[in-house]
Amino acid sequence: MAGARGVRSDYVRSLDLKHGRVDLTHGSGGRAMMQLISELFARHLGNEYLGQGNDGALLPAPVIDGKPCRLVMSTDCHVVTPLFFPGGDIGCLSVHGTLNDVAVMGATPLYLAAGFILEEGFPLGDLACIVESMANAARQAGVPVVTGDTKVVERGKGDGVFITTTGVGILPDSVQLGGERARPGDVVLVSGTMGDHGVAIMSKRENLSFDAPIESDTAALHGLIAAMLATQADIRCLRDPTRGGLASTLNEIASQSGVGMMLNEKAIPVKPVVVAACEFLGLDPLYVANEGKLLAICAAADAGRLLEAMRAHPLAREAALIGEVIADDHHFVQLTTAFGGRRIVDWLAGDQLPRIC
Amino acid sequence: MKYIDEFRDGEVAKTLAGKIAALVEPGRRYSFMEFCGGHTHAISRYGLSDLLPESLRLVHGPGCPVCVLPIGRVDMAIKLALDQQVILCTYGDTLRVPASDGLSLMKAKAGVGARSGDIRMVYSTLDALQIARDNPEREVVFFAIGFETTTPPTALAIQQAQREQLSNFSVLCCHVLTPAAISTILESPEVRQWGTVPIDGFIGPAHVSTVIGSRPYEFFAEEYRKPVVIAGFEPLDVMQAILMLVRQVNEGRAEVENEFSRAVNREGNLKAQDRVAEVFELRREFEWRGLSVVPYSALRIREHYAAFDAERRFKLDYRSVPDNKACECGAILRGVKRPQECKIFGTVCTPANPIGSCMVSSEGACAAHYSYGRYKELS
Repeated sequence: MAGARGVRSDYVRSLDLKHGRVDLTHGSGGRAMMQLISELFARHLGNEYLGQGNDGALLPAPVIDGKPCRLVMSTDCHVVTPLFFPGGDIGCLSVHGTLNDVAVMGATPLYLAAGFILEEGFPLGDLACIVESMANAARQAGVPVVTGDTKVVERGKGDGVFITTTGVGILPDSVQLGGERARPGDVVLVSGTMGDHGVAIMSKRENLSFDAPIESDTAALHGLIAAMLATQADIRCLRDPTRGGLASTLNEIASQSGVGMMLNEKAIPVKPVVVAACEFLGLDPLYVANEGKLLAICAAADAGRLLEAMRAHPLAREAALIGEVIADDHHFVQLTTAFGGRRIVDWLAGDQLPRIC
Repeated sequence: MKYIDEFRDGEVAKTLAGKIAALVEPGRRYSFMEFCGGHTHAISRYGLSDLLPESLRLVHGPGCPVCVLPIGRVDMAIKLALDQQVILCTYGDTLRVPASDGLSLMKAKAGVGARSGDIRMVYSTLDALQIARDNPEREVVFFAIGFETTTPPTALAIQQAQREQLSNFSVLCCHVLTPAAISTILESPEVRQWGTVPIDGFIGPAHVSTVIGSRPYEFFAEEYRKPVVIAGFEPLDVMQAILMLVRQVNEGRAEVENEFSRAVNREGNLKAQDRVAEVFELRREFEWRGLSVVPYSALRIREHYAAFDAERRFKLDYRSVPDNKACECGAILRGVKRPQECKIFGTVCTPANPIGSCMVSSEGACAAHYSYGRYKELS
C-alpha cells in the first residue's frame, strides 16, 4: 500500500555494499537471502539458465557432429588466504581453477555451478568485488555460471568466503588424454614459469608479508589447450600443476603410468623473484602452486610443433621442454641439477615448512 | 640471483670436482663430517656426492636443530599448549618433531581427545612478541630451539619483552651449543677408541660461525688434530671446503680455515654474543637426541630474566623419554650409521610419518637421503 509519504509495502532497502556485512539472515532462505541473490549474484552472474530460478539449471544436451558426446565434470573447493592477492582473488580463482580441471581433460567447458559459504560479518562490499571478479572471469572464458547456492555460517566458523565451483564440459571422441598414458621416450613440457601463484599468495600472508613484484598467474587455460589440441600432436596427458606444484603433479603421472621421469633443472622456467622468495623462505619452487600453467606429456616426435603452438599463445610464451619420461620400476621423478648432480624430486610430505638453520 | 647463482655454478663445480679428484691420494680414504643440517641439505639437494671421488666419504653430523631436540622437550611444549592452554609459538620445522604417545605439535594443534592446542608457526621472535601484545589476556610462550644462529633473536625478544613489561610472554629455552656437540663426537668411543667412525676433518658451520666466529674451532684443530674448514651453505662452498680439507689432510696440517670469509671472521658477531651473554647462562647439562646428556652444552635464561622463563613460570620438569627402540637416529647423529642402515628407514619411517627426528626436517640426514638420494640403493 502506497502511503502519503511514498512508503511502499514491497520496498526493500538495497544492499549496503559500502558498510553492510553478511549476517545470518542472508543464509536463512528468506527475503534477505533473495535480496543477496538478486542484487549481487544474479546481477553479476545472470544469464538465461541462472535466470530460470529453479533448484537446478535445465540445460540442452550437448551434441558433437549430431551425436550425443562424452561429458566431463569436475569440482573444486576454493579456500585461500588472503582472499585478495596480487593478480587476482578467490572469485576469479574459483572460475579458473575448475575450468582448468575440465580443460586439461581435453574438454571444452560449457557450464559452471557455484556454491558459496559465507561467514557472518563478512563485508558485503568485499563479497561484491569477489562476485564481480567471478563474473568477469566467467565472461572472458565464455562459460556461464548456471546455478548456485549460498549458505551463511556463524562468525568464527568460516574464513570469510569459501567457494566451490563445478564445471561441465564436452569431449570429442577423438581426444584421449589421461595420466596413465605417459610412455618412456615421451617428453615433458610446461607452459611457463613455475611457482608464481604460490609466491604471490605468500607475499601477502599476514605474518609474512614481503614486497615481491610478483602476481598470481591465475588464468583460464582452455583457449591454450584448444590451440594445442589443434596441432594434432600426440599429447598423452595434460595437467594443471596447482597445489603441490610441478613436483607433485609429475609424481602423480609417474605413478599412474608406471614410469619414471628425468628432468633437467636448468630447463625449468622459474622467475628470479620466485627463486629469491623461495630462497629466503626455505621452499622449493617445484612444490609451489600455479593457477594458470599446464604441463603436457607428449610423444617426442611431436614436441617441436606442440611447443611452437604453445609459444604462439599469450599464456604460454615461455613454454619449455623440461625433461623426458623414462622406464623406472620405482616410478621416481628425478632431476639433473644445474650443479651437475642427480636427485629425486619426491612427493611432498605435508606442507613445505621453512627450515631453521 | 646475484650472490647465489655464483655459488651454484655447475661449470665451476666440475672444475672443483676435477681438482679434488686429482688431489686425493691413491689408496687413501678421506672421511669428513659436515656438522650442519644446512650442509647435509645442500649435499643432497644438489647431488653433490655424485661429483666426489669414491674414496671420499661425507659423514652427516648432529647440526640439525630439530634433529637433536629430545622427545622430552617437545613433550614439555605440548603440555604447555594442552594443559596450560598457552599460545605456543615456534619455528616451522619444529611442528612435526615426533613426541611421546605418537604426538607432535602439529597433532596437538589438530586436537587430542576433546582438547586442542593453540600452536602457531612464526618466522621470527618478533612475531611471537606481537602475538603476546595482541593477546594480553593469554599466556604466550615461544618454544626457542636451535644453535647459536637462532639464539641472539631469542635474547633480543626477551630483552624487548622486559622493556615493554610484556608480562604474558615467556620462552621455553632449548638453545644448544655447537662446540659442545663437536667435543662430544670427538670424545665418543667410536671416534676416539674404536676408530669405527673415521673423521679426518670437519666442514664447519656456516650461519653458526657468523655469530660465534671461527675462533672456537681452533681448540679442535689443536687438541684433536682435526682440520676444520668453515663453509657456506651453497654447494660450491661445500665443494671448495672439501678441496681445502683434502689439501690439509695430504699435507698433514690440522688448522681452522675459513672458506666462508664473505660472512665469517675470527671474532664473530660481538654484539650478538653480548646480548646472548646478558640473557643466557650455561646449563649444567642438557639431553640431546642422539648424544644423550652432554654437560654444559645448552643455555638457560639468567635469574635477571626469570620472569620470562617458561620453565620457571609454569614449574615445568624435564622428563627424559627414550627414543623408539628401532630408531637409529642416535647412531646416525653421531655418524656411526648411515640413514639407509637403519631398519625402519623408508619402511615404517618416512617423511610423511617420521618415527625419528632425522626424518623430519629436510636438513635431517634421513629425510635428505630419503627425499633426494634413495634412488642410489634402489637402482
